Amino acid sequence: MTSADLTLVLPEILLAVYAMGMLLVAVYTSKDGLASTLVWMTAGVMIALAAWIGTTGEGAKSAFNGMLMIDGFARFAKVTILLAAAAVLVMSEAYMKQRDLLRFEYPLLVALSAVGMMVMVSAADLMALYMGLELQSLALYVVASLRRDSVKSTEAGLKYFVLGALSSGLLLYGASLVYGYAGTTLFSGIIETAQAGEVSLGLLFGLVFLMAGMAFKVSAVPFHMWTPDVYEGSPTPVTAFFATAPKVAAMALFARVLHDAFGNAVSDWRQIVALLSVLSMFLGAVAAIGQTNIKRLMAFSSIAHMGYALMGLAAGTVLGVQAMLIYMAIYVTMNVGTFAFILMMEKDGQPVTDIGALQMYSKREPGKALAMLVLLFSLAGVPPMLGFFGKFYVLRAAYEAGLAWLAVAGVIASVIGAYYYLRIVFYMYFGDEAEEGVDAGGSPLLSGFLMASAAIMVLGIANMFGVEAAAAAAAAVLVN
Amino acid sequence: MIGLEHYLTVAATLFVIGIFGLFLNRKNIIILLMSIELMLLAVNINLVAFSSFLDDLVGQVFTLFVLTVAAAEAAIGLAILVCFFRNRGTIAVEDVNVMKG
Repeated sequence: MTSADLTLVLPEILLAVYAMGMLLVAVYTSKDGLASTLVWMTAGVMIALAAWIGTTGEGAKSAFNGMLMIDGFARFAKVTILLAAAAVLVMSEAYMKQRDLLRFEYPLLVALSAVGMMVMVSAADLMALYMGLELQSLALYVVASLRRDSVKSTEAGLKYFVLGALSSGLLLYGASLVYGYAGTTLFSGIIETAQAGEVSLGLLFGLVFLMAGMAFKVSAVPFHMWTPDVYEGSPTPVTAFFATAPKVAAMALFARVLHDAFGNAVSDWRQIVALLSVLSMFLGAVAAIGQTNIKRLMAFSSIAHMGYALMGLAAGTVLGVQAMLIYMAIYVTMNVGTFAFILMMEKDGQPVTDIGALQMYSKREPGKALAMLVLLFSLAGVPPMLGFFGKFYVLRAAYEAGLAWLAVAGVIASVIGAYYYLRIVFYMYFGDEAEEGVDAGGSPLLSGFLMASAAIMVLGIANMFGVEAAAAAAAAVLVN
Repeated sequence: MIGLEHYLTVAATLFVIGIFGLFLNRKNIIILLMSIELMLLAVNINLVAFSSFLDDLVGQVFTLFVLTVAAAEAAIGLAILVCFFRNRGTIAVEDVNVMKG
């Protein structure tokens, strides 16, 4: 029995054991001398695990008396998380080495937070949910303040820690109420208690607190305050990590809780998710307009994107979850490419984050400027790019679920949001000649990521590389 | 007779005090850490009260997990705070403002 359970969570165990083992090895040998090797090794291990999870495992199996659920939905999210984390690790190696930031703890902390995320997405119990979430968060607090000698980085870590701990507290309070009024921490037990129309007040309170805690983790308005500061203050590779894998994990967790534990009470949570969604979309679109720091701009961009992903959840249908998964997969791919570009933005070896420095970039680097143009159009949701199809899916899901007003609001917000993406395009192609801009050049690896991501945004419209079918299968497992 | 609702009231009060401590405190980051701890302990009271009321051990197991995680969380919070103090030379809440969020 136990060995069968252990077999099911073998990927998580292997990754955790690998991280702890390597921590020992690095401490007792050459410490930071091993850092580069560890980055590549960790990325390799993650890709191998992603391939393993993606190709094996059939159907839905529950482990540890129903506390973990290993199903198609969890597998989809895990593969996305592992690939995104591996991509970000590989991208950050050269940047961190150049700035003397590359410590051996970095890849291992990323690996441990990935373990936390993998537990989160297969959690089928409030305790497993909390432990996974904390494992992920505690590792993330540390990597946010990785640049120990910088005020900005430690301040980012501190803000992230305080607000993250607050959100864990809210989530936990919700979990305690849900436990008390449902009598169990298992999602399979909660769903029997929570029938639509007869959810007890205590359970409803618990649900609201749980959702507030999770909204913090996906940085949905009104729980988004930490996002711009943490994105700005953290070292850029860490920001790239924050913008990708943890968002997928938190969103998958959100879907898991709403459907696995409260799937019978869609009408009770639909308005809350719809409200979070519409606020996030509008704040993300409006607040980004005045930003000149590209990292802050990407923070507001991610808030807006989370709004669209939540729109899929608000639908509360199979199509909605499928749309959310597709949206997150596209979002992660776009962000990997965009952050590859941001990592290349430097002047005389110093990182530049001001978008004014991109004036007439197309003259110096036409290829990269074109790739970035494709990515920015995709982020804005301009039709021929893949980003448009992501938005189209969530809008359709919301419309078919009778939330036409939400879909209309989403279209309006995306039009407003297009302004600040297109402003960067304007700078790159029609800016002032005189301005001193970022240097041309950059590592071939980062350029490769940028080009690949842009190419996916164009070529993916043919068949989305099979993600659509995989997401449909994953969503069908979750919603019943 | 002290019933479940009394425990829940105490827990809710402590939890709200914790949240207010987090938002109204203008002095010192250590107080933020104490407020966070207060919130987590309020949750523990809730869990233990429910556990005893429901005659179900899961709540107490949950409490043990929460205690462990809270300790780890406090350790990491203090570590980050020490790094911040080294760079900034102060731990006043008003001085956590290099970036305007």
